[in-house]
Parts: sequence; structure tokens; C-alpha cells
Amino acid sequence: MHEMSIAQNLLEIISQEMAKNGMTTLHTVKIKYGRMASVVPEALETAFMAVTIKTDLEGAVLELEEIPVTLECSDCGHEFTPDEDEILLHPCPQCGQDFGHTVKTGRELYIEYIEAE
Amino acid sequence: MQIPIVRNILEANDRISEELKELFAKKKILALNLMSSPGAGKTSTLEKTLTALKDEFKMAVIEGDLQTDNDAQRVAATGAQAVQINTEGGCHLSSAMVAEALKSLDLEKLDILFIENVGNLVCPAEFDVGEDHKITLLSVTEGDDKPEKYPLMFNISSVLILNKTDLLPYVDFDLDRAAGFARALNKDIEVFPLSCRTGEGLEQWYAWLRKHVAAKKA
Repeated sequence: MHEMSIAQNLLEIISQEMAKNGMTTLHTVKIKYGRMASVVPEALETAFMAVTIKTDLEGAVLELEEIPVTLECSDCGHEFTPDEDEILLHPCPQCGQDFGHTVKTGRELYIEYIEAE
Repeated sequence: MQIPIVRNILEANDRISEELKELFAKKKILALNLMSSPGAGKTSTLEKTLTALKDEFKMAVIEGDLQTDNDAQRVAATGAQAVQINTEGGCHLSSAMVAEALKSLDLEKLDILFIENVGNLVCPAEFDVGEDHKITLLSVTEGDDKPEKYPLMFNISSVLILNKTDLLPYVDFDLDRAAGFARALNKDIEVFPLSCRTGEGLEQWYAWLRKHVAAKKA
């Protein structure tokens, strides 16, 4: 449950960007998070609501998009996306190696854009 | 109006973590982030280590807990420097908390800094605290499928300590299965089965520490 830390950091970045662009009203925040980033979308929405309540940013909508995990095979280098429930322990569909793959995507956590005025 | 941003949400934590890394590099301190679920034996492992290696290395500990300074008192009893961070409900240590705690420690001629994270197999994995290596502990009373259930922690750790091996006759924990999962997630992870209670297996962990202190000083 580190969504509260994420929400606080999010608020900090949004406030900076809005001030820089002379904006006061926030409509939407677009966030991308990796499947392995240990983010629970509902918990992040609740945490963001908690840190913005009774502020100028209250009521803004979080749009959350998950980035799938991509692994690079430790043997043949083939890149593939494992099944939903076997995040990292997955044999390479090309050569069958099931050991020690490298995580290429799936750990991201970033703001892509905000809609504000 | 839409404003593209593309900023890492945890950038503040990462920035301070990089600063800590530079500080530890300059002072040649091996910094280790210890993570596990509550009760796996992080503090017991530290007590053993601090006592066994006290004549070889100068060591300090940052203890992270939700409440109390019980663990800091336990490790301070070995003679090592210890400082407690209470996260007051927070589920992980952040780099800013570690930076603050460092103010209470004497870093001169320090060889190893142990950062004992809050007991939790999920969140601490997301927050770097300037460490050279992450060390994950798992005890044999917890179930050998933990690496499969909480893959990230094992994927990013340099060492997996499997603690409480003295209890193996009483539990259905398959050491090879746990180690196998961990190696499938991270082919470079070093696995050390040990028992803090009997002392069995601790020597291989000490050897790892000696090797990495020497590498840091080189």
C-alpha cells in the first residue's frame, strides 16, 4: 500500500507543472503504470482523492493505463509478453528457456499528460 | 488544454537515492537494503552479523519500523551504531528518510551500512534508498512459493537469505524449490540457506559481505 506516497509525489509534480503553465483548474491526469509496479489502480484513485480534497485540484479524474510486462529471453534474446498469471516465470515461446529472463517493460510509473486550464 | 509531461512519479525518491549512492561511493561504504516480510529474521540476522564481524568491520544500522525502537535497541546492544526510523504506518522506507537518519550516524571509516526496511514483501521493492545491493530474506515457515507470489522483490535482489533452516524438519518447505523459483526470476541471485538460531550457514553470508566490502574499497 504505497499508493499514498505515489499520490503525494503525483500532486507535487502536477502542482509544479500547473504553476509553470499558469493553470488553475485540473480536469484529467493520465498515468501509465507497469504491471509489475505494484500499483492498485483503485487504491491510487482513492489516495489521490484524499490528497486533493478541499484543494483547487479536487474532482480531477485519474486515467490509469497498465503497461504489460515484456521479457527478453535470457538465452535467445526473443522478446515476449508472458501470460497474465505467470508474470515472470514463463518459458520463452521461441526457444523454451524458462530461466532468468530480463524485464524490459512493466516497471514504469509516470505521468503522461494532464488536461487543465 | 492538454500538457504533455512524461515525468517519473517517484523521481523525487530516485533523485535522493542517486545522491546517497554518490555519498556512499565517495566514503566507500557498502550500503545494503534488507527486505522481507515481518518476522523473517532481519534483525536476528543483523545481530549475528554485527557480533561476528565486529572486529573486522565498522558497521551501522538504520532500522525502519512502523512503531517502537525495539529493533534499534537490539542491534545497538551488539555495539554497532543504530538509528531508528518510525514510518508511523508507512509501508516502506524512502530515500529521504534514510538521508535524514544518516545525520545521526558517524560515517567516517564506516565499512557497512545496513538499512533494515519495513517488514513487507511488496512496497520496499519500489523505493531505492541509495543501496549497492538489495538483500531479501525469507524464512522457511513462510512457504516456498513466496518468490513466485512476490516476483519483483526476488527479481531485483542480489542475495536471498533463507532463514530458520533449523525448522526444516517441522515444515513443508522445499529449499530447492524456493531457490529454483528465485533463480528463475533472477539468474544472478545468490542463495544462502542459514539458521540464525544455530549459526549454521552464516559463514557463506559473511564471506559474501567480506567480498563486497573489499570490492567497494578497491
